[in-house]
Amino acid sequence: MSQIFILLEGDELSSAGAELAIFGSRAGSVTAVICSNNPEALVASAATLPVERVIVLTGIDFAKSSLRSVSSVLAELVKRDSPAALLVASSARGKEIAARVAVRTESGIVTDAIDVNAALEATQSIFGGSYTVSSRVTHGTSIVTMRSHCVEVTTTTSSPAVEYFDGAGYVDTQVTITSSEPAQKSARPSLAEASIVVSGGRGTDGKFELIEEFADLIGAAVGASRPVIDSGWYPHAYQVGQTGKTVSPQCYIACGISGAIQHKAGMQTAKTIIAINKDPEAPFFEIADFGIVGDLFTVLQSAIAALK
Amino acid sequence: MKIAVLIKQVPDSWAEKKMGSDGLLDRAGVDAVLNDNDEYAIETALQLVEARAAGDTVTAISMGPERTTDAIRKALSMGVDGAVHICDDALAGSDALATSKVLAAAISQGEFDLVLCGMEATDSRMGVIPAMVSERLDWPQLTFASEVVIQDSTIHITRSTESGVDRMNAQLPAVVSVVEKIFEPRYPSFKGIMAAKKKEIAMKSLSDLGLTPMDAWTKVLTSTPKPPKAAGVKIVDDGSGGEKLVAFLKERKLI
Ligand SMILES: Cc1cc2nc3c(=O)[nH]c(=O)nc-3n(C[C@H](O)[C@H](O)[C@H](O)COP(=O)(O)OP(=O)(O)OC[C@H]3O[C@@H](n4cnc5c(N)ncnc54)[C@H](O)[C@@H]3O)c2cc1C
Ligand SMILES: Nc1ncnc2c1ncn2[C@@H]1O[C@H](COP(=O)(O)O)[C@@H](O)[C@H]1O
Repeated sequence: MSQIFILLEGDELSSAGAELAIFGSRAGSVTAVICSNNPEALVASAATLPVERVIVLTGIDFAKSSLRSVSSVLAELVKRDSPAALLVASSARGKEIAARVAVRTESGIVTDAIDVNAALEATQSIFGGSYTVSSRVTHGTSIVTMRSHCVEVTTTTSSPAVEYFDGAGYVDTQVTITSSEPAQKSARPSLAEASIVVSGGRGTDGKFELIEEFADLIGAAVGASRPVIDSGWYPHAYQVGQTGKTVSPQCYIACGISGAIQHKAGMQTAKTIIAINKDPEAPFFEIADFGIVGDLFTVLQSAIAALK
Repeated sequence: MKIAVLIKQVPDSWAEKKMGSDGLLDRAGVDAVLNDNDEYAIETALQLVEARAAGDTVTAISMGPERTTDAIRKALSMGVDGAVHICDDALAGSDALATSKVLAAAISQGEFDLVLCGMEATDSRMGVIPAMVSERLDWPQLTFASEVVIQDSTIHITRSTESGVDRMNAQLPAVVSVVEKIFEPRYPSFKGIMAAKKKEIAMKSLSDLGLTPMDAWTKVLTSTPKPPKAAGVKIVDDGSGGEKLVAFLKERKLI
């Protein structure tokens, strides 16, 4: 059976990481390469997923060394074991690691896949969701970066063999990291991980209190359109769209957002789309599964009341 | 300081994009513009040489078909000094691996201290070229910069991504990509547009770079336009909109 590598980083298993194992197990026997300063939690999590082997990297301080350290060791392991595929989460960092491994191992790369099958054919949704493309790598290891929320994770019990690999010789000396502030862990889920996103646009006039309250009641993340960011009403990290984040949650609720093509480019793959807008002609209604023509503040207020 | 800015011409983001029968983007059918993320890289380059010490130059490097000249002219009219345009029929259908190889070869032909890129091209949306170019040149990678400061031969950046905010530095030469909050790009002035007409664009083919044609290492198997979405439910709020919203979420088992 062919070998599939997946990359797991951080101190605990993310939903994106778990999904890589599920996708990988469709195509072969999964090896999880673990890059963490506290690998125990990830090793334990791997045993709840269809993973047959873990390779724990040692000798690297992952908090202090650049992503080139990870890409260099990963490339070495790919050269050593020649897996059929390497699956990595489609974050900015994940894509850059995958890109460097692709160059080093002379392998083709597909980014932002939403699905991958047993034959390693990857599906992408491109041009703001207007086309679905299936493609495959034709040279080297199939390197595919996967968007999150694309497959359901069912846990199993596995007993992966644990190997250690000394990465000390691969630590990047080109880049020095002088400080590192991980994204704040708020009680609210992050845009990347949330299964529901509630976004506000110019129609909020900068008043996000009701959006936040509603989001918290349903366990959603908060997002925003570009004018909201440009006006300084909400931090840049929350911008959804072509020049912001791309999200594909189970459900996207747009409040006071018109539905410009550049905004839709960042959310059109959401499974269910809801729009609240006082303009019955707002383009968002064209793609909404459920549209409410009305004032967003009134609607949210009564939704909050209904939830309470 | 000699700065290279990597710029790409892309279909206008306002346009409907279509796939051709060959599984490639049908570029002929849509207006093409300078990738807006690259304008931030151009602005960063121009600001870094604002004081204009002797020998400071900013060169745009772009790989693309003939009409890429339009995007290059825009960069020149913003204040970029000159450009290298890699144009060769054998490059049609290049993947990121081939593109990064060509760009790295073009960079190696100049004596650059710094390569600036946009964080992502709005057509491919891959965001991998800067990392690949860095890997190929074996120059430090400092990407997703929201701040760039150069002191002597050290470059310091603030990297802003969804994972958090990191401060990092490296020795020049380096490959840097910038995010859009770094600077507001300037508009070309009339004087800039006139001056751009006289600036030199060096045309290069693959063989000028010492390269031979490369196959793409990915193959598109199928591409299907998304079926038009069945119209959803649209209601007018009569006071019960909020309740109906909650009911809808429950019915779809979203909450
Ligand atoms: C190159 C480029 C890149 C871009 N990138 C992005 C991007 O990444 N993300 C992004 O979002 N945009 C992006 N844009 C901007 C995009 O084109 C739109 O301008 C933007 O998305 C509009 O935001 P909006 O819908 O919030 O504002 P508007 O278009 O002004 O819409 C506001 C909406 O709110 C409604 N409204 C007002 N008051 C209320 C109320 N009380 N209750 C209910 N509804 C109300 C109005 O009817 C209107 O439909 C980009 C543009 C360009 C040119
Ligand atoms: N064909 C190209 N010519 C010059 N620069 C490019 C080209 N393709 C990508 N780039 C640069 O790489 C960045 C990221 O592109 P991408 O990885 O395709 O999303 C862009 O913002 C440009 O700075």
